[in-house]
Amino acid sequence: MKGFIEISRELCKGCELCVSFCPKGVLSLSDKLNASGYLPAALNDNGECTGCAVCALVCPEVAIEVYRG
Amino acid sequence: MKKIYTRPKSLKTNPFHYCPGCGHSVVHRLVAEVIDELNLQNKTIGIPPPGCSVFAYNYFDVDMAESAHGRGAAVATGIKRAFPETIVFTYQGDGDLAGIGTAETIHAANRGENITTIFVNNAVYGMTGGQMAPTTLSGQKTTTTPYGRDVALEGYPIKMSEILALLEGAVYIERVAVNSPANIRKAKKAIRKAFQVQIDHLGFSMVEILSPCPTNWKMSPLESWQWIDKEMTKEFPLGVVKDRTGRADAD
Amino acid sequence: MNGNSAIGEAAIRAGCQCYFGYPITPQNELTEYMAAHLSRRKGCCFIQAESEISAINMVYGASLVGARAMTSSSSPGISLKQEGISYLAACELPAVIVNMSRGGPGLGSIVAAQSDYFQATRGGGHGDYRTIVLAPSSVQELADLTHKAFDLADKYKIPVILLGDGVLGQMMEPVEFKHEAPAELPVRGDALRGANGRPSKIVKTFTSNPAELEEINWSLFRRYSLIKRQETACETFLVEDAKLIVVAFGIAARIAKGAIKTVRSTGLKVGLLRPITLWPFPVEKVQELTKKVKHYLVFEMNMGQMIEDVHLALEGQGEVSFYGRPGGVIPTPSEVALVISRLYHQKGLK
Repeated sequence: MKGFIEISRELCKGCELCVSFCPKGVLSLSDKLNASGYLPAALNDNGECTGCAVCALVCPEVAIEVYRG
Repeated sequence: MKKIYTRPKSLKTNPFHYCPGCGHSVVHRLVAEVIDELNLQNKTIGIPPPGCSVFAYNYFDVDMAESAHGRGAAVATGIKRAFPETIVFTYQGDGDLAGIGTAETIHAANRGENITTIFVNNAVYGMTGGQMAPTTLSGQKTTTTPYGRDVALEGYPIKMSEILALLEGAVYIERVAVNSPANIRKAKKAIRKAFQVQIDHLGFSMVEILSPCPTNWKMSPLESWQWIDKEMTKEFPLGVVKDRTGRADAD
Repeated sequence: MNGNSAIGEAAIRAGCQCYFGYPITPQNELTEYMAAHLSRRKGCCFIQAESEISAINMVYGASLVGARAMTSSSSPGISLKQEGISYLAACELPAVIVNMSRGGPGLGSIVAAQSDYFQATRGGGHGDYRTIVLAPSSVQELADLTHKAFDLADKYKIPVILLGDGVLGQMMEPVEFKHEAPAELPVRGDALRGANGRPSKIVKTFTSNPAELEEINWSLFRRYSLIKRQETACETFLVEDAKLIVVAFGIAARIAKGAIKTVRSTGLKVGLLRPITLWPFPVEKVQELTKKVKHYLVFEMNMGQMIEDVHLALEGQGEVSFYGRPGGVIPTPSEVALVISRLYHQKGLK
């Protein structure tokens, strides 16, 4: 199963929970601050994302949309 | 690829004012998802408390009304008795429900009021800066227990789910947590079941949700999510506390 | 029937859907009347709540969804309700609150007193707000003003206090009810009943923006100005040729009338001004009277509360004396007649 996620940069508060819980380790904090002063999470688009949606499940900010197919 | 997860319709697009890693954000989303799934958006009234979640009305796209501190259960009673067709939920913190609101909560449950209570327990008074709450753990340091909660002076953490379970009118009470993917899934199931209890006119239902407060616990978001497993669940065990619905789950 | 029951019957006939109360002397007959007569009516609800605080918050909930809702208590219980009343006022929600007042402060006494005047007329709870305050002085008026209270509450979206007392509540007098209970329970138009076919609504009182709260306060007080212009009510008795006017409300006004009839029979020219709305206080009537009458005797069963409003209304254009009996002691008409005569002669009035 292949997957893809979109993280809304400006909603993300850099809590790193998605980074910790991602079973594939494809998430990490970006090095560019957003307008609120947080370093948002970003997808390492190396094709490993399966669209399991655990990141969206834990994301407090509802910042993640998940695609699978 | 198909989009398989997006923001629930009953959750407005306003960015949350809650701290990074706060449990309120997760709980709001779960409640909104349940409202969507059960098709309740146009008949729901939500009653948030004073506290960090006083602004819940900025997020839930349903009719919402403020309540005075602790009085949510009484307000919900008035609403439900005057207009039984509505679906009403109270959204209350630990100080609100287990401190100032103890009487209202106990008696609404005792009367079997057909309301759903979402009880967010983060063991601290968040909005006011981290004071001791009725559910603060023994030894836990807060701004009003700077040396750690001393049960000899300050009493023990209060277990409202177990207390309410003693009442005939309380039909379904479950304690969950929102600190891991597995727990979040279980929390959503419990919330859905609690709303279903109201839809089915069975009586009073409550979901107690152990929720992280990274800011006032002085931890990182991940540490706070882990602290719930390490410490909170020892005092507040997860699981069904009471279930007289005769059903295994919401459906 | 007794006063407390008359309130209950009038409320039912006004379309009261929900009553939430708590036992406290001297208003229990009202709670019991609603238990007997409201609870079985279709769509209606009676709850003996766990406290007066719960009761007022249940009223808030019922009013939110558009129901005519009511609670009752006596002085100490009304103290408990103040936060809830402040919320009702802030949210512009109608409600009827009945206070059959008793002696205070503290647990006080269980007999009538008028020492809740300040509590009733100055908002009573925290923040800048007012509630309409109606002061009946007979069982018939208890019934009439109860009905009026519901109408005023809905019209102006404001809590209305019916300020009675222990004597009025217990008195047995004939009552004529001028209204029948409506066939359908009224539901307020702007109520919160689910976002069905319209955007969701928020009812709140909190704001983190002081400018917003300032405007809310101004807006409330613009409405209060309107109420002052349109709803102020009072009764005058034998004031046309009076040299001295007694100012009294509620049961004290009843007693004063008896006293005034007595002193009139001895040639003293005394009249009575009886405010019916304590808020808004009949300032204009006082200012009209003061063109001809310069002497006033404020008679209340307390240590002096309405007297402040009399002073404010007079703006120094008259002399004010005071006769008060607190604690639930009920003065007799002959006692008050003596006080009136003494004052009349002291002031050299002819």
